[in-house]
Amino acid sequence: MTELRELARRLLSEGTVNAVLGWEEGPRGARPAFVTTPEGADTLIFDHRCVHNLASYLSPRRPHLKRLGKVAMVLKPCDARAVAGLIRETQIPRDKVVLIGVRCGGVITDPDSTAPLTEATVADRCRGCPDREGHLADHTVGTAGPGFAGPSKRAQKIEELAAAPAEKRWAFWQSELEKCVRCHACRQVCPMCYCDRCLADKTQPRWIESSPHARGNMAWHVARAMHLAGRCVDCGECERVCPEGIPLGLITRKIAQVVSERYDFRPSDDPAVPAPVGTYRMDDPQEFIL
Amino acid sequence: MDATTPAVAGGFEPRITAFVCNWCTYTGADLAGTSRLQMASNVRIIRLPCTGRIDPMFITKAFERGADGIIVSGCHPADCHYNAGNYHARRRFAIFRELMDFLGVDTGRITFSWVSASEGGKWRDVVNDAVTRVRALGPFTDYRKLVVDPVATATGVVPPEHVGKEVPA
Repeated sequence: MTELRELARRLLSEGTVNAVLGWEEGPRGARPAFVTTPEGADTLIFDHRCVHNLASYLSPRRPHLKRLGKVAMVLKPCDARAVAGLIRETQIPRDKVVLIGVRCGGVITDPDSTAPLTEATVADRCRGCPDREGHLADHTVGTAGPGFAGPSKRAQKIEELAAAPAEKRWAFWQSELEKCVRCHACRQVCPMCYCDRCLADKTQPRWIESSPHARGNMAWHVARAMHLAGRCVDCGECERVCPEGIPLGLITRKIAQVVSERYDFRPSDDPAVPAPVGTYRMDDPQEFIL
Repeated sequence: MDATTPAVAGGFEPRITAFVCNWCTYTGADLAGTSRLQMASNVRIIRLPCTGRIDPMFITKAFERGADGIIVSGCHPADCHYNAGNYHARRRFAIFRELMDFLGVDTGRITFSWVSASEGGKWRDVVNDAVTRVRALGPFTDYRKLVVDPVATATGVVPPEHVGKEVPA
């Protein structure tokens, strides 16, 4: 932690950056922080409660960050995938952000919790996560725990659903999606959902019915899954912020598996590797086409 | 069984929406017509410039409006009028198909094909196969049962897109 604070203070006092995005101690646990003065660097923390994916703040949908000029961002390995995605899609220039990688041994499910990091409290996405440090970082600080062994509960649930008959899957998803209140928190928190004007907000034509009924919910979650295909970085933020506890990660993970199997792409790939949807190969498999 | 005639007189007849590209499949379907090939009349064709123009939302919207099955068809690989539209569509729909399967939609309702301008016979086969398959699967009541806007139901104000649409009991 001292290492992180030292580095942040140096970057700010040298004028390399005008702000450091990190985490601080809030009234209810860890919360995102914007540090703009060298003295402020002492409030920065990093531990297993720093769940939030700060890459969401780099998204061009949040233009107020632009005022700050060049910023530094503290990032976990999973956040690094989001930054890689934003660079890949030319949403942020690589030279306009300093990336401070923190070594990470997993985070807990709830950032407000005071519970220690154990097999029971660890966020599901951290189970089996092989990354201890982010691959894009300019500086890497801290020490990491050993991490947690997989498979995740989510992977097991995906397998269980895939093995079930289609009617079971339909019933499962209808019972989950009917809970959706269409608050669009999943969209707001997603670092990869950066459109100025979302398809779901358009009314002419209205592709996605805006009231929270099963049919509109189905359209919204299909659209969301398709728009994140090959782009989801598995930061788990959508699932964490969902007020209804819908297992949104199941859908995005399933699609990520499909993309990885069919097109040999992972979001941890180098930003120079193009996103799989938006590019193509002449010999892509087409066993489903007559 | 012959796809051009209903299985049972007065029985279920599927409504199938076909999203086809202007340059290949639409012309192929036209050829099937001018060649007087016999095929099921359940398919409504929507002509688009390219398969690359076909957004997956078109398909969910068609299901919302009461389609029992969908056909997406365009130029064979390497034949795209815009060079690469069908390659992009191929990736998109490979993923879309897996997504629908994961959400519990029977993928037999969604047919993808490449039909060139000279393949009137293939278009007939694609249509007849799709109709036979969807007829066996029955009406897509699962999707239609997704509730209509509860506000509309409560207020009696039916949004334009629901007008004339069967509201399930």
